[in-house]
Amino acid sequence: MKKNLITAVLMTIATTVLLGILYPLLVTGLAQLIFPKQANGQLIKGKDGVVVGSRLIGQPFSGPGYFHSRPSAAGAAGYDASASSGSNLGPTNAQLIARVNGDVAKLQAENPGTPIPVDLVTTSGSGLDPDISPAAAEFQIRRVASERKIQEAEVARLVRENSENRQWGFLGEPRVHVLELNIALDARYGRVR
Amino acid sequence: MTTNGWIQIGVFLALILAITKPLGAYMAKVFSRERTFLDPVVRPIERLLYRVTEVDEKHEMRWTEYAFAMLLFSGATMLLLYLIERAQHLLPWWNPQKFAAVPPALAFNTAASFTTNTNWQNYPGEATMSYLTQMAGLAYHNFASAAVGIALAVAFIRGIARKEKETIGNFWVDMTRSTLWVLLPACIVYALVLVSQGVVQNLKPYDTAKLIEPQQVQKIGTDGKPMVGPDGKAVMDTVTDQTIAQGPVASQEAIKMLGTNGGGFFNANSSHPFENPTPLSNLLQMLSIFAIPAGLTYTLGRMTGSQRHGWAVWAAMAILFICGVTTAYWAEARGNPLLHGVDQHATAMQPGGNMEGKEVRFGIANSALFATVTTDASCGAINGQHDSFTPLGGLVPLVNIMLSETVFGGVGAGLYGILIYVVLSVFIAGLMVGRTPEYLGKKIEAYDVKMAMLVTLVFPLIILVLTAISSVKGFGTSSISNAGPHGLTQILYAFTSQAGNNGSAFAGLNGNTLWYNTAGGLTMLVGRFFMIIPMLAIAGNLAKKKTVPASAGTFPVTTPLFSVLLVSVIVIVGALTFFPALSLGPVLEHLQMMAGKTF
Repeated sequence: MKKNLITAVLMTIATTVLLGILYPLLVTGLAQLIFPKQANGQLIKGKDGVVVGSRLIGQPFSGPGYFHSRPSAAGAAGYDASASSGSNLGPTNAQLIARVNGDVAKLQAENPGTPIPVDLVTTSGSGLDPDISPAAAEFQIRRVASERKIQEAEVARLVRENSENRQWGFLGEPRVHVLELNIALDARYGRVR
Repeated sequence: MTTNGWIQIGVFLALILAITKPLGAYMAKVFSRERTFLDPVVRPIERLLYRVTEVDEKHEMRWTEYAFAMLLFSGATMLLLYLIERAQHLLPWWNPQKFAAVPPALAFNTAASFTTNTNWQNYPGEATMSYLTQMAGLAYHNFASAAVGIALAVAFIRGIARKEKETIGNFWVDMTRSTLWVLLPACIVYALVLVSQGVVQNLKPYDTAKLIEPQQVQKIGTDGKPMVGPDGKAVMDTVTDQTIAQGPVASQEAIKMLGTNGGGFFNANSSHPFENPTPLSNLLQMLSIFAIPAGLTYTLGRMTGSQRHGWAVWAAMAILFICGVTTAYWAEARGNPLLHGVDQHATAMQPGGNMEGKEVRFGIANSALFATVTTDASCGAINGQHDSFTPLGGLVPLVNIMLSETVFGGVGAGLYGILIYVVLSVFIAGLMVGRTPEYLGKKIEAYDVKMAMLVTLVFPLIILVLTAISSVKGFGTSSISNAGPHGLTQILYAFTSQAGNNGSAFAGLNGNTLWYNTAGGLTMLVGRFFMIIPMLAIAGNLAKKKTVPASAGTFPVTTPLFSVLLVSVIVIVGALTFFPALSLGPVLEHLQMMAGKTF
């Protein structure tokens, strides 16, 4: 009995050092060595070297000249990457229905008569979803093109360039990177003010 | 539902089938102390560890000593985690965000949660826990609680396999071997694969990014409500920066999944792009939840000398898995009928369906599959918010946990969980033919059945009683965030998840209150240890027994008939216990939703 108690205490200390300290430090060292970009969050830097975002983390957009991300429940402005969260609204919650109806009404003004792709009016699980579906991107092409006074075909081409198909051809879903697409738009046609 | 969705689900199950045999055979070798390819590296570490911790590796334990050692180790590690949480602001290492001490009730709940392999989280990780707490406190427990689980399953297998023996192995040896031979080497490789996909692994402070398009938002006052100026207009604020949380995520993510723990580094768990960035990382995470539990069914067959029995158990698990995932996928793909003007059809251009709380890169199929897998096993990681699932889609994870997470189940916990049901199944089969039931040559007698019933009764008792109290008292209902039947489901899910040591949540429920922290913490401890102790008692009792040769009256446990009986017993026990509560929660909500009602 006493022997097991001593072992329990010693085992706690020994395994904490091994599994709680040495293991994560080893993985950190190897990761920084082999995959430094991924291990540090794939940050995107602007021309002046300032960090403007991460390839994996979505950002909020509201101006008509940008493609909009999905609604987000993370933080006050959405897309707060230090407060990831879903809305956790249930399917019969009146707040959910009211929020979606409000967004649908706004979006229908852009493309009257076209039903809104569902991901464009629903929040993601993390509140940081960097992607929208190809349907949601296509829905916004007309608005972005007319605001920036450029051809819709030009915008559609940029959308395709910033899209990703299913991984290995069958895993996950096709998607469009909103942040990278908007950065590409700004790079080619100048920032919208 | 799409063909591609079904292909992804089919590929997943096929890969699990492929993993089962090699991993199970390897674990059988590890726990029978046979030589493996890792011995040259790991054996010296093992010897050193025993010398430092004064373990006699030749010593064999009776079930009582085994249980006692397990409780001492769980107690000591739980205490250490509590202390780390309470003192994280004083410790000089790895707290770049300068997080304060975790408050006592929350620290207790979290310590109980991680010790019991539950990983219920009443805190947002990226705003509460220092990197040191995440690594040495939380991720450490992911290893420890998983190793304990595997050790217990192996002890149970020995109880079945041994004849006329008083002992069932050595807890310290089983625990150490599952760590050094299985969990740690796998995690080092797996963590790096996750990093290659984009899971972060660093110790630096959070980054700040300049938003491409600064946003105007209404200011939030000190009372937490949007601020309105004296002129009645909203007070606006410009957000120009995005703070990007970082951390040693991949090392924690690997053991979080492989150990079926499920506690996220970040609040959003595996839906967070830094925890689960790509469809491939998502597939690997789901595979790593089921890998060890599936392998253990093969270990069971190997160590008891009845390989076909191991496969019969595997088949029963697979049947329940397929039922669950089909229901969840169907329900989520149908979408939410209350949304109008919205295109919820699956096309080549979009996943469609109920996308609230789901990520575009995973879509419907992978979110439904993940929710099924994480609750079939006692993992509890999520890649979409279960709270926002459709009523029937959310019913699936809830029912999975109510069936005691026996579908592959938690590492170790799933196997000894289903073995309890195996004991009940052969007992019921014995009653039907009027003979003393036998299980792999051992007579199942009153003592064994009593212990098995204790396990099956404590579980629903604690869930239903605490749910009932919480749904009539103010301290319970004030945490609800969705009105109507969904609110009851939130509470029911919370106690079910904690009693089942799952850890997933209908996360809208505010669990960080004195009541939910305390009642939940105790629920998790009861759910873990009140299950383990009777289970070990059965193991010890079985080990003592003589074997009797199989006769014409023996109910074979290697046939499809046995698999079907096992599934029926699991479903009937679960359904009879929980059907009334389920009909007041998700079933009622489904009917109301179809009738167009909102709350």
